[in-house]
Amino acid sequence: MTTTRGAASELRELYQEVILDHGKRPRNLREIPGADRKAEGFNPLCGDRATIYLTLDGDVVKDASFVGKGCSISTASASMMTEAVKGKTRAEAEALFERFHALVTGVEAKPGGPELGKLAVFSGVSEFPVRVKCASLAWHTFKAALHGEATPVSTETGGE
Amino acid sequence: MSQARSPRATSPAFDVAQVRRDFPILATTVHDKPLVYLDNAASAQKPHAVIDTERRVYEESYANVHRGVHQLSMRATDLYEGARVKVQKLLNAASHKEIVFTRGTTEAINLVASSYGRKHVGAGDEVLITGLEHHSNIVPWQMLCEEKGARLRVAPLSDAGEVVFDELDRLISPRTRIVSVAHVSNALGTVLPIARIVERAHAHGVPVFVDGAQSVPRLPVDVRALGCDFYAFSGHKAYGPSGIGVLYGRADLLSSMPPYQGGGDMILSVTFEKTIYNDIPYKFEAGTPNIAGAIALGAAVDYMTALGLEAIHAYEDELLAYGTERLATVPGLTLIGTAAEKTGVLSFVLDGVHPHDIGTVLDYDGIAIRTGHHCAQPVMDRFGVPATARASLAFYNTREEIDALVLGLHKVREMFA
Repeated sequence: MTTTRGAASELRELYQEVILDHGKRPRNLREIPGADRKAEGFNPLCGDRATIYLTLDGDVVKDASFVGKGCSISTASASMMTEAVKGKTRAEAEALFERFHALVTGVEAKPGGPELGKLAVFSGVSEFPVRVKCASLAWHTFKAALHGEATPVSTETGGE
Repeated sequence: MSQARSPRATSPAFDVAQVRRDFPILATTVHDKPLVYLDNAASAQKPHAVIDTERRVYEESYANVHRGVHQLSMRATDLYEGARVKVQKLLNAASHKEIVFTRGTTEAINLVASSYGRKHVGAGDEVLITGLEHHSNIVPWQMLCEEKGARLRVAPLSDAGEVVFDELDRLISPRTRIVSVAHVSNALGTVLPIARIVERAHAHGVPVFVDGAQSVPRLPVDVRALGCDFYAFSGHKAYGPSGIGVLYGRADLLSSMPPYQGGGDMILSVTFEKTIYNDIPYKFEAGTPNIAGAIALGAAVDYMTALGLEAIHAYEDELLAYGTERLATVPGLTLIGTAAEKTGVLSFVLDGVHPHDIGTVLDYDGIAIRTGHHCAQPVMDRFGVPATARASLAFYNTREEIDALVLGLHKVREMFA
């Protein structure tokens, strides 16, 4: 059991300023009319939903956006993901997801992966197992969009 | 936080400090803060009497029931059947034969949907529920309707979260085969007018199933006064163990219904040609039941009865009134569910803050609430929210705990708003 001070700092660790900011003022919160790819994800445990829109230029993610309702963690994650994947190739974006997933689940990442950059602010999520799904919903949905999957993504089948 | 004015003085007959000492878990801490447990609609905590009873069954009186001629089996059987009689008295059922032990409310609904439903619901028929039902009182009927080509009808809710009675009445048609409604909404706390609903349904010759998961721990329930045909509740929400629950069914109905599951204990004789089923309630209790769970549920019934359901109800209603008043002082907070008749539940949303974030921040103050859709997604859709935060009360909660909740919500606002 954590001490009171430890508990308060754990909470600050989860809700870092950058996350609170993206949670309140999400970037790329819009539809992309005529998007090349679109996928829907939901978290049946809490009813949260996210729709991810992508435009691709060959192998490169040219634009990414999302529409949905969720907690500050899931909204911030979707917002920061859309920023992070823009300009990346499919392989780079998927490698980034792998690295991000390792971060939020508290698993040691494989060596030689991409740099997380700003996404490192999600490190506190690993202390909150029930919130991992919130942080990864947008990413699972993004991956489904990349792969052109028609069925909606559920966090309950993603092996989270 | 100043102590708010009390709407009514706390009943002197109800000594909450004494009651709290009966629940060992209430003395624990969470994140080094005293536990403030406000998630009672999800599951209630257990008094010593229940914990000790379950332990003593395994230490002193455990064997299979209805089987052996040996002493322990007879002792276990007596205790198990004794628990059935306690439940019968709690619900004021006419006979102990009308009390079927199940795994919980969900299994009781599935039992009736599967047994009564399959027998009586056909193509083009209708099953009527309301817009405030828990998923467990929607999905089994949906499955039945899909299988039979029947139609699920849903009585709508008002903006206060009450079932619109005239609409419900209008939806009872010559095609209606069963009406299934909650007594108390788990998501909103609305109390439904069961006796009136039963009267209207019976005027059309339609039986009524009542989901009592939230009502049995909070209200005096008299199935004969209500006039309902089936009534179900779960042990774990009524201060008893999980994995045990109750289906009450009118004897004539239960007797006319086919079995739900086949197996041991539900038969009188078995040959490969033909099986003769046991009498009620055993016809519906295939396999070895949750013996110790049922006996410990009997202890929970004794505990609630000793406190008095009237006293419990009065105390919780006072606490609800206090909580309603105090939550109204939190800027940006909107209560979801403001029925004139409600009990036990404060469901709310806070401007600009998702319920999950509320739940996580409160948890760090030791305050346990439920956040999400409460297994009632259609209710969330009705009110246009993806989720709510829900504080749900028990008779061991206090005004100080409500104050802690309010203080915690102010912290949440500072962080997110």
